[in-house]
Amino acid sequence: MNKIITKKQLSAEVFEMEIEAPEIAEVRKAGQFIILQLGGEFDERIPLTIADADSVRGTITIIFQAVGESTHHIALLEEGDHIANLLGPLGNPTDVRHYGHVVCTGGGIGSAPLFPIVEAMKAAGNTVTVILGARTKELVIMEEKMRAVADEVIVVTDDGSYGEKALVTAPLKRICETAKVDCVVAIGPPVMMKFASLTTKPFGIYTLVSLNTIMIDGTGMCGGCRVTVDGHTRFVCVDGPEFDGHLVDWDNLLLRMGTYKTQEEEAHHRCHIGLDIKEGEA
Amino acid sequence: MHPKKEQLDDAAKLLLAELEQKELTAKDRNQIPLQEMPSQDPRERIFNMDEVALGYTEAQVRIEALRCLQCKTKPCIKGCPVEIDIPAFILEAGKGDYARAASIIKESSLLPSVCGRVCPQEVQCQLYCTVGKAKKDVEQSVSIGRIERFVADYTREHGLDEVPQVGADTGKSVAVIGSGPASLSAAADLRREGHRVVMFEALHKVGGVLVYGIPEFRLPKEIVNYEVDILLKMGVEIRKNYLIGKTRTIDELFKKDGFDAIFIGSGAGLPKFLNIEGENSVGVFSANEYLTRSNLMRAYDTNNALTPIYHSKRVAVFGGGNVAMDAARTAKRLGAEVVSVIYRRTEAEMPARREEIAHAKEEGIEFVFLHAPMRIVPDEKGRVEAVEVIRCELGPEGEDGRRRSIMVEGTEHLRPYDTVIVAIGNDPNPLIKATTKGIETTRKGTIIVDPSTGATSLKGVYAGGDIVLGAATVILAMGQGRTAAKAMNEYLAAL
Repeated sequence: MNKIITKKQLSAEVFEMEIEAPEIAEVRKAGQFIILQLGGEFDERIPLTIADADSVRGTITIIFQAVGESTHHIALLEEGDHIANLLGPLGNPTDVRHYGHVVCTGGGIGSAPLFPIVEAMKAAGNTVTVILGARTKELVIMEEKMRAVADEVIVVTDDGSYGEKALVTAPLKRICETAKVDCVVAIGPPVMMKFASLTTKPFGIYTLVSLNTIMIDGTGMCGGCRVTVDGHTRFVCVDGPEFDGHLVDWDNLLLRMGTYKTQEEEAHHRCHIGLDIKEGEA
Repeated sequence: MHPKKEQLDDAAKLLLAELEQKELTAKDRNQIPLQEMPSQDPRERIFNMDEVALGYTEAQVRIEALRCLQCKTKPCIKGCPVEIDIPAFILEAGKGDYARAASIIKESSLLPSVCGRVCPQEVQCQLYCTVGKAKKDVEQSVSIGRIERFVADYTREHGLDEVPQVGADTGKSVAVIGSGPASLSAAADLRREGHRVVMFEALHKVGGVLVYGIPEFRLPKEIVNYEVDILLKMGVEIRKNYLIGKTRTIDELFKKDGFDAIFIGSGAGLPKFLNIEGENSVGVFSANEYLTRSNLMRAYDTNNALTPIYHSKRVAVFGGGNVAMDAARTAKRLGAEVVSVIYRRTEAEMPARREEIAHAKEEGIEFVFLHAPMRIVPDEKGRVEAVEVIRCELGPEGEDGRRRSIMVEGTEHLRPYDTVIVAIGNDPNPLIKATTKGIETTRKGTIIVDPSTGATSLKGVYAGGDIVLGAATVILAMGQGRTAAKAMNEYLAAL
């Protein structure tokens, strides 16, 4: 049982929770994830990237968007409640080393798992530029934390309500054109990672992406998370979650992410009950 | 007409009354008809997940036990991987002393209610049965597995099982990795000796393949939970959500946590694919994924489960083993109209149990023998639309003793499907190998052990089950768990 120590609502649909998990906090590294399951017979296993950890307090932090029925159930939990099942750390850590200049690009909720990577890249002696993108001002997360660590932080919003009115690919392209960039890390919705990879490809800049595919066990057993990378099948859970964005078959990935789309849409209608979220608001 | 359990029982009661009138000679015993296993009507069971085989009635089990000739040479025992004293327990079952029968089995096997259901008896104990030999038909052998199941169910349902005695605390502690059949039996034997035993399971439920792999209709999860409860009552500690190789390494279990010995029973948990074109299309699943969704996550209960499972009309299952049968029959129960098992050889070469094949046929599963999948064809949305197959012929015997299948060029054609389930086996999970320095493995990735002790190349580290065997059976895994536990108990005593 893992106790929820703190809970914050970062935006209409985005929540941050600090959860007691001393053994995971002790060994986790940037880029790794956990799987949680609420303990009911019918609850789903949900993979979530670790946004932060404190080995002294023995806690990990997760940031998630209440988009499906299961994440809504987690969002209903309060401080002091327990999460029955928490497995981790899973996947391989980010390949952190001294690259030189690293541009870390976060889209929406992807800015959360990006934070420990920014910290680690900085600690490895890199100059780190951060690009944070969101649909609207309200959904920009992690800005303060990023500003405290990174050399530069650029914020963009789709509607221009905060920062530059642009997609993350605009400043990314500009930086690639005007500065020497040695590595790009892009985490966000698959479409955003696809276009970030397409943006950096002409410049030949090594681009790491972190994939959050459909997954059940997270230990290599189910193969539901498989992706095509450089023509080979890879499992996100054990071979990833990070891959060279230039080698990922994005179209196949996007199709596979939609495997249960119709079934999930049906479920989504039920799941807003009990939460103060209106359909389509976030 | 599918016979009802009551009908089989009525017939059995009449026959039993008759048999009890006289002293039975070997000839009389030979003439007693094999008792048919009562089962759910196929027309009904394809709409539910309940167990298919319903178990013998008391009259049936008594009659079936009377078919045993009590051979002096006990040939059946040599077919049993854990050498259960089969004639002895059958004799007790024949007398109606089921508790005594169960305790004889439990001297050798921890999980009779599981093994009675899932063991391939027709290639083990029942293959050597004199009755079957005399009738030149293994299916006419004494139904040892069904009797085993009856006595185990009887003692469970009547509260006659006793929690095994645990020895005085030895001060030693053992980590058991995984909670499948190998680990369950190793844990029980180690705990009995008085060691502290901590079992580490990565998933949120305990039982390994018994809970995520084998469907409810073949092995009710209630039975697995019951067996796990007995381990808990013995004082075995279970840590779920704990992945050795990630949360902790083998080395850390020794150095940080102070364990004195470790048993690895982490199983064969990495699904194989064919590596054919289109295999990453939407609607292609490993059998592991499909079955885990249904069994572990209860996705078949679509009204309650939060884990989705694919809605299919036409399902192709690749493979011919028990897992392929489980996947095909699960797909049928989830509402698929057509389920085809595509297998490159003929029925005779199928590794699946005869009983499972028969059940699948009764349920309307189609078998496409002598065909091999060549590629999976997706539609414009990337979803499976068809499978291209090629016709095969049987050639000479290969290294594994089975006749090889040879593709007949020019016979490629498309068969329409919307779902593909790949059930062609598993490779060992690479995690422990990758994170444990000095542990010797085969080229395939299975851990190398001394077969007489289960000892690995690392001091104090033992292994058993599918991580050693590749992909085998519940009973073989259990046997290895026991072998290792025995050697570990000796190793720990000498520390």
